[in-house]
Amino acid sequence: MIFHKAQLDNGLQIIAELNPSAHSLAIGYFVRTGSRDETDAVSGVSHFLEHMAFKGNEKYSADDVNRIFDEIGANYNASTSEEITLFYGSFLPEYIETAMELLSTLIYPTLRQEDFDMEKKVILEEIGMYDDLHSFTAYEKVMQAHFKGHPLGQSILGSVQSITDLTAEQMRDYHAKHYLAGNLTLAIAGNADWDQILQLAHKLCDHWPAGKSDRPLDEAQPQPGTQTIIEKSIQQQHLMQLGPAPAAQDKLRLPAEVLSVVIGDDSNSRLYWKLVDTGLAESAEIGFNEYDGSGTWLTYLCCDPELTEDNRKLIQQIFDDVNQNGITQEELDRARNKIASRLVLRSERPMGRLSSLGGNWVYRGEYFSVADDLKLLNNITLADIQKLLEKYPLGYSTTAAVGPLTSVVE
Amino acid sequence: MGKQLIQTHQFSNGLTLVAETMDDVQSAAFSILVPSGSIYDPPNRRGTASILSELITRGAGPYDSQQLSCALDDLGVQRHEGITSGHITFSGATLAGNLSETLKIYGEILKNPHLPENQFDAARAGIAQALLSVEDDARQKALVELKRHAFPAPWGLPNDGELEHLEFITVDDVRALYDACFHPNETIIGVAGNVDFEQVKQIIEELFGDWKTSSISEEPAMVFADENRFFTEQDTTQTHLGIAYDAVPYGHPEYYAAWAAVGILSGGMSARLFTEIREKRGLCYTVSASLSGMPGLGRVLCYAGTTSERAQETLDVTLHELTRLGDGIEESELERCKARAKSSLIMSQESTSSRASSIARDWFYLKRITTLDQINDEIQQLTTDRVLNYIHAHPAANFTVLTIGPQPLEVPSDIS
Repeated sequence: MIFHKAQLDNGLQIIAELNPSAHSLAIGYFVRTGSRDETDAVSGVSHFLEHMAFKGNEKYSADDVNRIFDEIGANYNASTSEEITLFYGSFLPEYIETAMELLSTLIYPTLRQEDFDMEKKVILEEIGMYDDLHSFTAYEKVMQAHFKGHPLGQSILGSVQSITDLTAEQMRDYHAKHYLAGNLTLAIAGNADWDQILQLAHKLCDHWPAGKSDRPLDEAQPQPGTQTIIEKSIQQQHLMQLGPAPAAQDKLRLPAEVLSVVIGDDSNSRLYWKLVDTGLAESAEIGFNEYDGSGTWLTYLCCDPELTEDNRKLIQQIFDDVNQNGITQEELDRARNKIASRLVLRSERPMGRLSSLGGNWVYRGEYFSVADDLKLLNNITLADIQKLLEKYPLGYSTTAAVGPLTSVVE
Repeated sequence: MGKQLIQTHQFSNGLTLVAETMDDVQSAAFSILVPSGSIYDPPNRRGTASILSELITRGAGPYDSQQLSCALDDLGVQRHEGITSGHITFSGATLAGNLSETLKIYGEILKNPHLPENQFDAARAGIAQALLSVEDDARQKALVELKRHAFPAPWGLPNDGELEHLEFITVDDVRALYDACFHPNETIIGVAGNVDFEQVKQIIEELFGDWKTSSISEEPAMVFADENRFFTEQDTTQTHLGIAYDAVPYGHPEYYAAWAAVGILSGGMSARLFTEIREKRGLCYTVSASLSGMPGLGRVLCYAGTTSERAQETLDVTLHELTRLGDGIEESELERCKARAKSSLIMSQESTSSRASSIARDWFYLKRITTLDQINDEIQQLTTDRVLNYIHAHPAANFTVLTIGPQPLEVPSDIS
């Protein structure tokens, strides 16, 4: 593995972890923009724009983009989060030129009115699809409640109303403001030649507008609260709870990842043995989510409505115990081992490397090889976990409940 | 694709090992298929195999449930137990050096499970929760119900069982199913990764050589449904559509032509369903078709989710696109299928898990292994005439149509 980095004059950052024996290469444009960069008036525009990227530019129509990607057998897609819009794919090494050209096309689409009108219908369908997924509804509600008044509370999809009201002009303005080369990182993993990457990047990206948009990074100060969405006709109760946790730039983030595996992984964790193994709940998990300047513990419980209250108490007992007594060395060792194994196995594929390669760079301006990551993981001690629990104890300040229950106890 | 080193061995008790040695990776993956799938459930106890798959890792040999999980975690095994109509499957991946120790634990699971009575209720409750969550997820339910109606019973029945049967299933039913189905003959162990075949063979011999052969469970008779229109009223935002029709199964001489026909419909973002239904009309976010099968039977299964006021148009356009395939296909459409196949075959060499499950599945369906080169050759040799001939011989017709949503839809009468 060889790591390379460069920056174009306009600010575009290029990073690559190259492995000549890989069968494929993965390429991603990480754009530092997402729902947190939106105002209420354009809620959902980042995600809608991600769809519009595939509609082409003056040179390529929407049909061309889809057709040419398929002609080179690309495995490609895009995603939008609160903070990052990502355009990515895995390709056979021989198609690097076409792949880079098409992916670059996605970053500056023409945004034609007729494409905008048609894609709006698809976005409304996507909102409809998520509306039928109760755990997603719970996630949206708890994010809105937890980050009320903070940019991270903005919905990724937007609402039926905000999308219906959105104009192509508003989208063009948003695009012009945020799709600046200084907000972009081009990350490449796998079998490619660095000189060729640089040459293509110059050819395809040199003319992109320079600049970088600002993003306020104040840590969220959540106000406790519960949102209850009553869905009488469904069988299971969904409960999502958020509490403050380390931010993406905080040194405590790795201990937080380890702790979430010890307490709330989907197998062999404290929540698993207490609630899932016993058949009391279908899911009982805690995850750690990191953002620019803020972080969350996300607790998710899905179970028989009648068992919700008892299960909630069991979870609280586990949290209280951990907050008071910490975890054991054996638990720490096992979780580190589990994470290390996931890391190594995922890294066998260039596509498996892309997100950590790009994510580390965008959030922290750092490169870590798999070996570096393993070393960092191995260095985590019980004292680090203790420090984490003192600053960010397991718990929640906000709750969203979706299901038959008319109320859940605070 | 490059040279592949694939070797097989059948042990004297009938157990089959299929292994692919991959030098460029650090990991090793395994996929164990035990002929104990949901088709072997007693008819009024649907869910027995599913509970068995849940109970079987709750203690085996010297390990109790928690010790077993910890032992596998300590070996860095990323694992999954699942159930299909034909098999209970045990799959996992870890660093190649840990494979022997990992297989030892699986030896205990397969041969000496405790199937503890005191954990039976919890295992059954877990399955009940999984079935309830399908009830709450209309999209998943549409796919489960489409499979039920498209395939003959018991192959099409939900692998996790039927909610209303669970309460009648006892731990004795589960143990009886284990006794009837867990035997080495018909069990397949697929291994792929940085492994030495002779060494793996020796380990398997040591671990499973004493596993006693027993009579093979008889496959139940197939029962075909009479009806082919289904509607479930549910208060959902979208209407969820499922459409199925006949195709050829894996192993059929025309299988790759069938694969290409479905690829032209749904193989990428330039494929017909995505282009006509999503890109040109904005009717759906999700629309797809895939080839699905059981030994001897294949089906194309399509799904679309769309807001209810546009559901009728979505159904009409989808059916039109499926039937229109017989009117002709473009050379370029087939070329794109070939490009996607080549790329995904090459990239599959980066995943030991994908290779382990592919070779185990191949052995089950074909009793031989198809190399990536052989698959690629079959696909690259396809012509538009051959694919079209296949479509004419196996047209999209006799549709099973299922909808879940607020209102029923009209299936046009000229569609058979």
